Amino acid sequence: MGYKTIIEDDIDILVAGAGLGGTGAAFEARYWGKNKKIVIAEKANIDRSGAVAQGLYAINCYMGTRFGENNPEDHVRYARIDLMGMVREDLAFDMARHVDSAVHQFEEWGLPIMRNEKTGAYLREGRWQIMIHGESYKPIVAEAAKNSADKVFNRVCVTHLLMDESKENRVAGAVGFNVRTGNYHVFKSKTVICGAGGASNIFKPRSVGEGAGRVWYAPWSSGSAYGLMIEAGAKMTQMENRIVLARFKDGYGPVGAYFLHLKTYTQNAYGEEYESKWFPALQEMVGKEYLDPEASHATHRPIPTCLRNHAIINEVNAGRGPIHMVTMEAFQDPHLEEIGWHNFLGMTVGQAVLWAATDVDPKYENPELTTSEPYVMGSHATGCGAWCSGPEDVSPDEYFWGYNRMTTIEGLFGAGDAVGGTPHAFSSGSFTEGRLAAKAACKYIDDGKANGIIVTDAQISRRKEEIYKPLETYTVGRNEIVAGSVNPNYINPRQGLDRLQKLMDEYCGGFGVNYMTNDKLLSIGLKKMAILGEDLEKVAASDIHELLRAWELKHRFLTSEAVFQHTMFRKETRWPGYYYRGDAMKVDDENWHVLTVSRRDPKTGEYTMEKAPLYHLVGDIEDKDLAKLKAEGHH
Amino acid sequence: MPTFVYMTRCDGCGQCVDICPSDIMHIDKTLRRAYNIEPNMCWECYSCVKACPHHAIDVRGYADFAPLGHSVRVHRDEEKGTIAWRIKFRNGKKDFDLLAPITTKPWGTCIPQLANEAAPADSMRDTQLLYNEPKYVAMNDNALMTLESNGLEIKEGVYY
Repeated sequence: MGYKTIIEDDIDILVAGAGLGGTGAAFEARYWGKNKKIVIAEKANIDRSGAVAQGLYAINCYMGTRFGENNPEDHVRYARIDLMGMVREDLAFDMARHVDSAVHQFEEWGLPIMRNEKTGAYLREGRWQIMIHGESYKPIVAEAAKNSADKVFNRVCVTHLLMDESKENRVAGAVGFNVRTGNYHVFKSKTVICGAGGASNIFKPRSVGEGAGRVWYAPWSSGSAYGLMIEAGAKMTQMENRIVLARFKDGYGPVGAYFLHLKTYTQNAYGEEYESKWFPALQEMVGKEYLDPEASHATHRPIPTCLRNHAIINEVNAGRGPIHMVTMEAFQDPHLEEIGWHNFLGMTVGQAVLWAATDVDPKYENPELTTSEPYVMGSHATGCGAWCSGPEDVSPDEYFWGYNRMTTIEGLFGAGDAVGGTPHAFSSGSFTEGRLAAKAACKYIDDGKANGIIVTDAQISRRKEEIYKPLETYTVGRNEIVAGSVNPNYINPRQGLDRLQKLMDEYCGGFGVNYMTNDKLLSIGLKKMAILGEDLEKVAASDIHELLRAWELKHRFLTSEAVFQHTMFRKETRWPGYYYRGDAMKVDDENWHVLTVSRRDPKTGEYTMEKAPLYHLVGDIEDKDLAKLKAEGHH
Repeated sequence: MPTFVYMTRCDGCGQCVDICPSDIMHIDKTLRRAYNIEPNMCWECYSCVKACPHHAIDVRGYADFAPLGHSVRVHRDEEKGTIAWRIKFRNGKKDFDLLAPITTKPWGTCIPQLANEAAPADSMRDTQLLYNEPKYVAMNDNALMTLESNGLEIKEGVYY
């Protein structure tokens, strides 16, 4: 191969992937590490990379302590009920107590945050979200990261972590390739902060053909956060906690501002309220502590998002679809109509295009909703990711090994999608986690924990050979056939992705099987996954762009395998509406009120699964609500 | 809604190639103009559309569900700090403009250079505070919240 090897040595902090998590890390690292060498490696361009590339119309996680609105523990309670109990509360509390300081800085940097003219506080949509004009959210935070970093390597796709050869289970940097030049990049670094993304496109999407990229979560979010960490042997948690989104049909336009700010609501095809009729039976499945509509009504405690999905899925199956969003009332107000459209233009332009193309004017017609294919991520309303240490002053012993947001691999830190058990961080929380990880990484280096790292040329060469193998496979196999893409010796990345998506959909609970699976399906699926894994050794790339897709596919594959293993392990239906285990259709708190932790042995590829304790920091119900409930005769 | 490039407007400057998060805007080697090499990995994020200095890039709704005949055009102006949209429906009944701010400050001028900030004291490293904290949490000097300060303690909650 004629590609150059470019080695960047003596790095203190390597930020691998710079979406909101990575930019937060690079920014903060400079403050605690004045003389440290901080380097960013990003497969796209950090001005528009990650899930926020397109923009956002809301910051979904903001306490508003400054305006007397919420305290961190309120948010922990909220995230906990939404995830049916399964949250790392130490990490969630830690993120929540710092997140406002990130948001206040965004405003100082120029991010337009809307304000409530009466109160002077930020304009809210619901209890946790504030509204912004966030088209340039990502370029603004990227600027902050660029000001702090020594070097930014755009268009370098990180494929593997480098491991220290003097001490087992310690990180030593990362390797990857430049998707423009093809050059091999080696980053020797004392610490790595993994800011890479969660996974779209691992389940078969509802859109087909040309539209296959019309997924809810960015198609470039290729599960690299998980692929990198799993491959290196980091422990992962809650990988079974995939998320299904209820969104406007086909465009996957956001519904948050519609529900919360525009006060729209849903109904079935015949104009009926349908949600509440599914709740009595559902309450039998999940128990009253997770679904008690009366108590929720009294306290404004939200009903878990997955359970609302359950109602949509069942109503549609009962033949009363589609579900409609009632927009015709709100959109009579020109101001609200404008907000409805801006909401799309700021973060999901495709929904605006779709309505323009199909002549759906929500002022005169109630648009359809649907449930998406599942996604695997750790920053939105779901908590997949690495098993990380928490902060010293909050975490119980099982959750604490010295450095905040450090994974079970020494020197490897996570932020955003990479950190498990911390749902509802969203953009601001991911940026905040990056900041926390960066401070801890500086301390780790200053404590001398990264001394004596050895990376041999052999490791560097081995990885190089591995990375470029798809190009070689193509070169060798190509001329055996006349033309076209059908070859008996290899598959291309798109073919591999199609196979992965079909497998995940049919055996691991995608939309095609109504999100249903069981132990038999999972066992067959895992067997087929193992064979797909063998075939991925023969994935072929005809050029550097396809090589990028090949490595994205491999990261998606590793992510998917972990999802299979975790789903098999948790023998209950913890989140009806996200997935169902037909052989265990109930929430089983007696056996499964735990966090799940996996580790894939890097040498053998074998998985070990374990249960980890789930600690609660705060009471179930806020004091003021408890008083109210008692007064009304509940409990 | 994948992107496409108008032949007569593109001059092959590569701004779209530079910005596309999905690595799908490439330069055609024969025509020396940009094009979308992989429409089914396009997220319609409009990054390339906004970046194109010649407005040469447009979007046509995804063929699997969007009919022809619509248009959503955009003009992003960093100097003015605004973004302008024009949406035209397929049936011609709706054609409207929307404008929003993208920043409240002259571009890039209000972002701190942390290298120039005073270094934190060593004792700060063992605290839970980040840059600009505790002040920036509540825009006053109230201390950062802890479990103790909020009257919380780790509750037993381990169910095996």
